[in-house]
Amino acid sequence: MTKTETAAAQAGSRMSAAPLEFRNVSKHYPGSATPAIKDLSFTVPAGEVCVLVGPSGCGKTTAMRLVNRMIDLTGGDILIDGASIADRQPAQLRREIGYVIQQIGLFPHVNILNNITMVPRLLGWDRKRIAQRGAELLELIGLPQEMGSRFPSQLSGGQRQRVGVARALAADPPLMLMDEPFGAIDPINRERLQNEFLRLQGELRKTVVFVTHDIDEAIKMGDRIAILRDGGELVQFDTPERILAEPADEFVAQFVGADRGLKRMALTTVGEIELDQTPPADTASATDRETVSSTTTLRDALSIMMADSLRPLRVVDADGGDLGYVSIELINQAIHHRPTGDMAVSV
Amino acid sequence: MYFLAPAADSGGPVIPNFGKTSSCVLDNKTFCWDWFRSNWGSTFEPALIQHIELTAIAVGIGFVIAFTLAITAHRARWMVTPVTLLGSLLYTIPSLAAFEILVSITGINWYTVEIALVSYTLLILFTNILAGLSSISPEVLDAAHGIGLTSRQTLIRVELPLALPTIIAGLRVAVVTIISLATVAAYIMPTGLGKPIFDAIASGGFNTKFIGAGVMCIALALVADGLFVVLQRILTPWAAARRGV
Repeated sequence: MTKTETAAAQAGSRMSAAPLEFRNVSKHYPGSATPAIKDLSFTVPAGEVCVLVGPSGCGKTTAMRLVNRMIDLTGGDILIDGASIADRQPAQLRREIGYVIQQIGLFPHVNILNNITMVPRLLGWDRKRIAQRGAELLELIGLPQEMGSRFPSQLSGGQRQRVGVARALAADPPLMLMDEPFGAIDPINRERLQNEFLRLQGELRKTVVFVTHDIDEAIKMGDRIAILRDGGELVQFDTPERILAEPADEFVAQFVGADRGLKRMALTTVGEIELDQTPPADTASATDRETVSSTTTLRDALSIMMADSLRPLRVVDADGGDLGYVSIELINQAIHHRPTGDMAVSV
Repeated sequence: MYFLAPAADSGGPVIPNFGKTSSCVLDNKTFCWDWFRSNWGSTFEPALIQHIELTAIAVGIGFVIAFTLAITAHRARWMVTPVTLLGSLLYTIPSLAAFEILVSITGINWYTVEIALVSYTLLILFTNILAGLSSISPEVLDAAHGIGLTSRQTLIRVELPLALPTIIAGLRVAVVTIISLATVAAYIMPTGLGKPIFDAIASGGFNTKFIGAGVMCIALALVADGLFVVLQRILTPWAAARRGV
């Protein structure tokens, strides 16, 4: 176990997650004819990532900001761990909810360490505990300790976004709100940050509300996806797998895209489906048959197959040991004959 | 060479002569070091101290008033226009006229001088403090509220520190302005570096006294300005980091 993992595991052992419930929530701005959010109800189980996704203006960010009372709702209720947010002082409520925004909003006048430990200091932790937590968080996000004394302007965009996540995690909140957190990062770093966040989430198991307009990011990050339409109307609330397999209506089908079959195949790896153990009877010899690792997605496997006259591929584990063969029939079976509910989501 | 025209009713400047005056002074040359040195303790030093006092008190009181107004107007935006109008009005009154008007109300005393000087600082300081508070990026404020800072904590921990460079810039302008305006105050009250300047004029144009006090006034402004630059460097190390220095 690396130092980072140890720190994360130690932090994880203390951490908790709380379920979040939207109960007939509505938000009506005075002077506006149509409500921004209309009768929105869904529940995010503790420890799950719920992605709010939809076209711009659909109310997804508004819905997220209702949770920590950055915007006050006009109807219904939001419950965190069964308790209504209406009964809480906004500032105190917010200290228990991690908050990450696209523009990050680090405080330019204080160094990285003081940015990260802002909430613990608001909560009145003692000096020693704050220093300890600061060091722990830097390790968690993979920044060297000496970066703690730098100012935000001296960091790269990716590093700043990591610091933003660390600041949100500082006081061990049971719930995190993330508004397009990786939206302003270049594609290569975005993917790296997404993977890092999924690794962290695998250890910390927070309840997360994640807002994005990018369906691919939603599929990648979400345990559950809430697809919203104009006016904050919830069109479908489901696992990524089921949203891709059975879009609720034409709007969802169009939103997830015509390539939803391929997207769905990207959710499963060849290691997760049943493989043929007997070598296929075809023209490929043992040496010129294409070989893939068990972590290859069905989508990539299919792509490799297409380039090789649809001949089955040999699948090997991380050590190069034979696991079996995957054919186009097996991929087809995996997509169509497996009950969608228990298809593993590779997050 | 005369820096000041000799008084019309006399042949030359009235220069005190107690029998040991140097020829430099008797000839009213541009600047006589010996006279400046021997009168430092009796004329220039007390005038300098009075001048610093006048400026410090005016800027100090002006800052407290402007700061209170700016913080209030930052939350209650409707106040911005009336306060700015009032400040501009005070700022546009010519200094001599301001002193004259005030004398008719408050009399010839130290308060009159300070009231006038304070009124000149208000517009500069109010505008700069407000500009500093308003220039903070909305995402920083959103993050501050979003992670649980109250409005008061946001003001103290985020807004004021970030407004500091602009606030200090305002203080620099205010201090330099007041140092120059305070010389005019001697027209009403014999105080500050304006006193030796007015005395020199009244005595028909004694160059050493006039230039000595004038140069001290300029030097005081430069030093005060420099001190604020140093203060800003110390208080806002992050601003240098942002500029990539």
